[in-house]
Amino acid sequence: MKKFFRIALIAMLAIALVGCTSNETPTGTDTPTTGGTEQTASINVGFVTDTGGIDDKSFNQTSYEGIKRFASENGLVEGTNFSYLQSSGEEQYVPNLSQFAEEGVDLVAAAGYLFQGAIEEVAKAYPDVNFLVIDVAGIDIPNVQTANFAVNEGSYLVGVVAGKKAIEAGTNHVGMVIGQESESMNGFWAGYQEGVWSVCPDCVISYDNANNFGDTAVGKTLAQKQFEAGATVIFACAGATGNGVIQEAAERRTNGEDVWVIGVDTDQYDLGIYGENGESCILTSMMKRVDTATYNACQQILDGTFKGGNIDYTLADEGVGLPDENPNLTEEDLAAVEEAKEAIISGEVTVSTTPQTSADNELIIG
Amino acid sequence: MTRKHSALTISIIAVIMGVLIGCLILAVTGRNPLNIFVALIRSLTGFSINRPDRGINLMYPLNWLLSSMPIILTGLSVAFAYRTGLFNIGGEGQFIAGCIACSFVALMVDLPPVVHTLACIVAAALAGAIWAFLPGFLKAYRNINEVVICVMLNYTALYFNDWFTRTFFPIDTFTLARTIDYPESVSLGNLGFGTASQFNWGFVIVLICVAVFWFVMEKTTFGYSLRATGFNSEGSRYAGMKNRRNTVLSMMIAGAFTGIAGAIVLIGNYGYGRIFTSFDNFGFDGISVALVGGSNALGVLASGLLFGLMAASETQFQILGIPSEISDLIQAAIIIFVAIQYGVSLVLDLISNNIMKKKVKEAA
Repeated sequence: MKKFFRIALIAMLAIALVGCTSNETPTGTDTPTTGGTEQTASINVGFVTDTGGIDDKSFNQTSYEGIKRFASENGLVEGTNFSYLQSSGEEQYVPNLSQFAEEGVDLVAAAGYLFQGAIEEVAKAYPDVNFLVIDVAGIDIPNVQTANFAVNEGSYLVGVVAGKKAIEAGTNHVGMVIGQESESMNGFWAGYQEGVWSVCPDCVISYDNANNFGDTAVGKTLAQKQFEAGATVIFACAGATGNGVIQEAAERRTNGEDVWVIGVDTDQYDLGIYGENGESCILTSMMKRVDTATYNACQQILDGTFKGGNIDYTLADEGVGLPDENPNLTEEDLAAVEEAKEAIISGEVTVSTTPQTSADNELIIG
Repeated sequence: MTRKHSALTISIIAVIMGVLIGCLILAVTGRNPLNIFVALIRSLTGFSINRPDRGINLMYPLNWLLSSMPIILTGLSVAFAYRTGLFNIGGEGQFIAGCIACSFVALMVDLPPVVHTLACIVAAALAGAIWAFLPGFLKAYRNINEVVICVMLNYTALYFNDWFTRTFFPIDTFTLARTIDYPESVSLGNLGFGTASQFNWGFVIVLICVAVFWFVMEKTTFGYSLRATGFNSEGSRYAGMKNRRNTVLSMMIAGAFTGIAGAIVLIGNYGYGRIFTSFDNFGFDGISVALVGGSNALGVLASGLLFGLMAASETQFQILGIPSEISDLIQAAIIIFVAIQYGVSLVLDLISNNIMKKKVKEAA
């Protein structure tokens, strides 16, 4: 017995030593060093993901990319000046946020309304640390900046595109899949409705709540249901569940059906690629420039102008909108989008944030 | 030969091997495996070897205990059912049922402090027990496999929670994705000792549950008949024990433990009712905890603390440049080594036989 432990211990130490020698670059810096030694100006930023993880091709990833972009422009180093922590469960939000605060970073950022309770708690415990949280409203703490996006305005634009496609296909039927009922989702839903009906007043909109942001299978089933019912375009607002919608559309397009998906948060064009020639089933995407929010907050920290309170990113300041390149849209579609965009920015059209609902909340007829 | 090595020895070996495998994978992928120990020690003691100037930060050990609380309870739950020969894989459903009941009492009933909190916990225990009644009943009286019913009820609870919460509870207007905050009379207090940790009096409730488990299982006639049912259901019936009733009661008590876990997490970590979009996995983690803990009270307490340490260390791992998945990997390796305990004890026998032979030779 004793001998076994002795062997185990030796093995452990041997492995540890091998590890030390094979590992030239030190990863063991416990803390981002506060205050730059070489750079004239240096800040430290920590980003906490929600349960979707850093590579969710959506919300978390884009937010972190904003920090990365700022870092590369200012010569900051990942691991030293900025890093992220992934949360494997919602109960880890508080420990992860506090971890960065304990490390003495200048800014702790997080994205998603599920952070609401956690950020309030941690921000009160660390009044000297600045926090940025995206998509959370109703927090009134001096060291917390909340960033919100006029998703209703962006959704209006993709609604216009969806409506035009439905007319073109002759179905007058579009769809939408959401991840969970919430205030934020209502904004998407309301804007989409108005956008669709602004070009296609007779259009029917199928609407389903997957009640899940991470289940591709559920997304696929709901997409099947809506496409079978006759929808031409589905607006997938459901995180990874939306990837199931995209898969279903890609399969149907491979079989020659005329169906499309509108992506959300980031340009999801690449996610929808099928076939050999690189066609994508993603018609366009409703981009939410969360990276702008993180980038701006970093800049404010550097300039010393960071303030608590809410910042609204709208269509006018390009906080929401379509991607720069839309291979699947025609000139005519783009002109319609541009027209709608100008109408919203000039105030000619105001987009609602409260969706219309039908009794069964499923099929809405304009 | 078979029971020569105690469950404790096997568990300790499994833990060492698990950590070793974690180190090995880090070494192979070019990271510093020593950081695993730096992270674990920091979570255990609050002391950072890399930054000794910072002294001891109590937040880390408190967070460790905090993350152990729910999985000790779900571990007790799985262990309790297991001792009666049942596999309780319905922890997720019982957990959510407990959460619903907890929110109901917290938001819809007006009571003075302390009493209100205790009422929430009792309600959660009852709800967990009710949720576990069906699989227990069907197993006992219709011989339907409890695993199938449990898994189905997990999803039932997940979606039922969404409907029930939105229909009956006041919803937070800023997110529309959770209930309003619980009233101040519902609180497990904060034992953070000035740190940002959410550690709370729930730990005492967990310890009471461990004691109750031990007493009921080891010291009462009821516990004896439960264990007898677990060893041999038909045999115990022949001996005059009510094995069917025992099956139902055992499932319900198991469900109650998990229900309490739901209440403690909601009150202690969140302070509001949640609308789940996916499982928290505390119920499933309980299976590993019970397995490694050998399904007895103290074992579950120890292995719950161990798995809690792994969960709490994920943050430390990432800060030190170790992917958080390494924590899952170590846990998985530990479970595998416990699951192949027969093989492990065979190896131990081989080693001790060799030592014996050597000694005999030396003596000769």
